[in-house]
Amino acid sequence: MHSFGYRANALLTFSITILAVICGIASFSDNFNSPSPAAQVQVLNINWFQKKPDGDDEVSLTLNISANLESLFTWNTKQVFVFLAAEYETPKNSLNQVSLWDGIIPSKEHSKFWIHTTNKYRFVDQGSSLRGKDFNLTLHWHVMPKTGKMFADNIVMSGYSLPKAYR
Amino acid sequence: MGWIGEQIDSVKSLNFRQVLTQAINLGMIVTSALIIWKGLMCITGSESPVVVVLSGSMEPGFQRGDILFLHMSKDPIRAGEIVVFNIDGRDIPIVHRVIKVHERQETGEVNVLTKGDNNPGDDRPLYAQGQHWLQRHHIMGRAVGTHLSSPSFHLPDPLFLHVKNWYWYWMTAIVKGKWFFQWYILIGALGFLVITSKE
Repeated sequence: MHSFGYRANALLTFSITILAVICGIASFSDNFNSPSPAAQVQVLNINWFQKKPDGDDEVSLTLNISANLESLFTWNTKQVFVFLAAEYETPKNSLNQVSLWDGIIPSKEHSKFWIHTTNKYRFVDQGSSLRGKDFNLTLHWHVMPKTGKMFADNIVMSGYSLPKAYR
Repeated sequence: MGWIGEQIDSVKSLNFRQVLTQAINLGMIVTSALIIWKGLMCITGSESPVVVVLSGSMEPGFQRGDILFLHMSKDPIRAGEIVVFNIDGRDIPIVHRVIKVHERQETGEVNVLTKGDNNPGDDRPLYAQGQHWLQRHHIMGRAVGTHLSSPSFHLPDPLFLHVKNWYWYWMTAIVKGKWFFQWYILIGALGFLVITSKE
């Protein structure tokens, strides 16, 4: 009953249980945070807009993205993954989501940002339906906690559209 | 040396019933572990409810050796989700994020492109020859949460790396189902302990 083995076993079991409980409480504490993020995106320029040899449309944009995601960070936040996706519908597809830019925000200090960039990932359609297309630019964020459940949300910004002709 | 002598004597003095009881106990433990594993598969709806992160392509979020709990619901796959998928012909599950989604009208079939957060380019070079997209049947599950990740533990560095390497070594072996001689040593030692313990 008092051997080293028994004591080591009891200690190990107890500490793992306590650790799990603490992780659970830490994760639960995130529910008390009510985030109020803000974002704004401007399409500064359509750099070019072509139909590729394989038949798919592709467009290159220059964007101005500004956001304030400070309210997402709690002490239990490891990082926030943020990305901007162009979302639109075509006759072929009920939903298309194309990520144009993404970034990792490691801490609260970096969560208020302003960035001027061309699209990081190619904006390519499945097919040739982009001429004159109205699309939304949705800023998504995925919060990765130090421990617990990951959660995500987004802001939809609508009113963007592509030119009616290639250029 | 005296301890080994004692153990060998106790082995010789065992009767058949005791050994059988111990063997059944061991069998019960192994079976319960199997039941828990299969139960998890049922609850999470995923073939592989737990995976180990094998590469650094999702750093700093997921580190090599992190354990992920997966969940596969009928919800549609959307951009930003972290999914685990298998490429035809390869047995290593890959944990990456969805960056493009094209969902068909009517059928709801989905074409998905993935990319590791820490990689410069998307996953097309990883897909099978001629494959440009993943479909739903390639995807084994979504990552739902993170545990306290290894860099958060502050052990002295050489010890920490040693522990982490061993942990990773055994985890990948379990995940890949590899059977090598260290397992035999482990099973042998376990068997010996089972036989010689008195309770």
